[in-house]
Amino acid sequence: MNKGIAITGMGIISAIGNNVEENYSALISGKTGVSKISQIATIHKNAIKVGEIDLTNEQLEAQLGLTPDNNYSRTALLGAIAAKQAVANAQITNMKDYRTGLVSSTSVGGMDMTEKYFYQYLEDEAVQKYIDGHHAGDSTQKIAQQLGIDKSLVTTISTACSSAANAIMFGARLIKSGKLDRVIVGGSDCLSKFTINGFKTLMILSDTDNTPFDENRKGLNLGEAAAFLVLESDEAVRAGNKKVLAYVKGYGNANDAHHQTASSENGDGATLAMEKALKVAGMQPEDIDYINAHGTATANNDLSEGRAFQRIFGHKTPDFSSTKPYTGHTLAAAGGIEAVYAVLALQNNTIYPNLNFETPMKEFNLVPQTQTKEKELNTVLSNSLGFGGNCSTVIFSKKP
Amino acid sequence: MSKVYISSVASISSQRTFDNSEFLDEIIDHDDTVLSVVDPNYKDYIPPAAARRMAKGIKMGVVASKIALQEAELENVDAIITGTGLGCTVDSEKFVSALIDNDEQYLTPTSFIQSTHNTVGGQIALGLGCKGYNFTYVHASISFESALLDAQLQLENDEASTILVGGVDESGDHTVKIHRLINHIKKEKVKSSSLFKSKTKGAVFSEGANFFVLSNSKKNGAYAELGAVATYNTLAKEDLNEALTVFLKENHLDIDDIDILVMGNNGDVAFDGWYHELSDGSFKNTPQVAFKHLCGEFYTASAFGTWLAAKMIKAQRVPEIVKLNKEATTQINTVLLYNQYRGENHSFTLLHKC
Repeated sequence: MNKGIAITGMGIISAIGNNVEENYSALISGKTGVSKISQIATIHKNAIKVGEIDLTNEQLEAQLGLTPDNNYSRTALLGAIAAKQAVANAQITNMKDYRTGLVSSTSVGGMDMTEKYFYQYLEDEAVQKYIDGHHAGDSTQKIAQQLGIDKSLVTTISTACSSAANAIMFGARLIKSGKLDRVIVGGSDCLSKFTINGFKTLMILSDTDNTPFDENRKGLNLGEAAAFLVLESDEAVRAGNKKVLAYVKGYGNANDAHHQTASSENGDGATLAMEKALKVAGMQPEDIDYINAHGTATANNDLSEGRAFQRIFGHKTPDFSSTKPYTGHTLAAAGGIEAVYAVLALQNNTIYPNLNFETPMKEFNLVPQTQTKEKELNTVLSNSLGFGGNCSTVIFSKKP
Repeated sequence: MSKVYISSVASISSQRTFDNSEFLDEIIDHDDTVLSVVDPNYKDYIPPAAARRMAKGIKMGVVASKIALQEAELENVDAIITGTGLGCTVDSEKFVSALIDNDEQYLTPTSFIQSTHNTVGGQIALGLGCKGYNFTYVHASISFESALLDAQLQLENDEASTILVGGVDESGDHTVKIHRLINHIKKEKVKSSSLFKSKTKGAVFSEGANFFVLSNSKKNGAYAELGAVATYNTLAKEDLNEALTVFLKENHLDIDDIDILVMGNNGDVAFDGWYHELSDGSFKNTPQVAFKHLCGEFYTASAFGTWLAAKMIKAQRVPEIVKLNKEATTQINTVLLYNQYRGENHSFTLLHKC
């Protein structure tokens, strides 16, 4: 049961780039994608900053070669683009040569169209095609169709900000148990007025660039993104003589069971998730070389996550950073894009800087990595913590 | 590999099903296009102040989970896995309409928080103080089956020993209104008892919460053994029999081994053809049972079908109201459930007598 699950391909679209290479180049050069919002008309436009993808829906539709009668939400568009990159990167030419499934994740789903046409649906037949695109599974069905996955296991997870990490976890479980040979896993979420206003009412949106683990942090910036990984069984890797980018070595999910939206101050859920992941990986805390933190820069998250680091690692917390200052918090997709960043870190033996950090938090002596750092990396731990107390950890490694 | 058992059940549906000592003894013959659940007395399970704040989906989910835990004589479980097509859709509607009506001003967080898909699973965990694994699947008509499969894999591999699995969906006014526009809901009222003779397009929409405690050890009073679950994003009518053959073969079964076929027909003339493919074909001589005339259609309605299958196995009895043909069975050892919605997201679920 403890064998590593191979990652053979990855794809991503985010505020810092339309593919894997662009994302990596922005990460090592410290180039942020957080800016003023341009594509959504919101009254909060001067009070918030977001990690927005530069392309319009029309441009994304053109990339996918969709006809004007399509009913893709932006979540589906972004997801299809990232998933297709991942499949191309894994050099899969025939979906049928192995039992292949898709586990995607989203929190926004088709809400971008629902909020646009909510009342218009009642009188304008032309927009009613989007009604069936509202539910969260719709974007996944479309991604499967774009990839040519049919008659197979295709499902969607929605556990708020830990969703894509959980998709990776379920994908790994499906391969380990022998249900599937190959699973494309990840998540997609677009920006919407719904989430902007939702987080606004929770008073956790920063009016400036987010500053994870900083004493004076003011909250998060929302972002939009999609990212997918191709996971394959040992047999499929061997038979196809596939190049392995990295392995999913461990994973754990736990519930904070503390509050519907806030994390517990002592980081119970995050501690349990990291413990479980280490156990599945058969590793000790000192085996972790770098942590890509959830680090949303809300007062609550960074305190809770920092406390959990201390509980797991004692005084020897490994190098850590949050990449949220680059991309914003991309909600359900976050665990997916940060999985891609973790694999890139392993491939390049490079740790990304935690941008915008100035002052350590008074509660503990934790200072994130603030400069790009080259260092031999064998294992990277990635955290994703969400609403509903949902806490997830995935450990990526160079070796199986 | 450990075997997986359904230790307990709980159903809040458009029929009076929340009392586990009954089994469809009294049937409500609805005559409508949208149904609501028969409410249990929520206050017996949740303090009134807390219940008032809860969305209907949360209330139904929390109470169904309590009924299931009570019957399994458990205080807590190792994991909670929920399936929901739309989550607490009433709160989603509330937040969107308030956002539009008030031009993004004067909004409060409650409906935003409750609209998050994993809010039911989160609230159940919060109530139980369950810090274990907590997942929510949101994939249309296989949301529940995804949860069931996840639970099965963990129990088979002894990663958990008890898991609460459930499907929950609530109906919302706006959701109903717009689905009428695109004819997903029947135009004319239809009686439950004549749903399958309706010959019209669309379904009778509904809501419900069906929860189960699954365990990898057989407890006294266990309902059934969970044999297998398989889901398919697409399946053309002409591919259905082949998929079924492969599924049965993987589970070392023949058509003749199936004592009852439980089907998710919803009376939609445009999409019931998939079911007829089985009922008029390979399962022509097998006792057939349907359930959506009782519980209506919603993304996790198949969890009610699973409830029905589990109850029939434990009681070794098929209620008259669910029978689709006259074929009879003396022993109910193996039940196959087939479900799909609008020709997509198909599932096979296999239950055995234990």
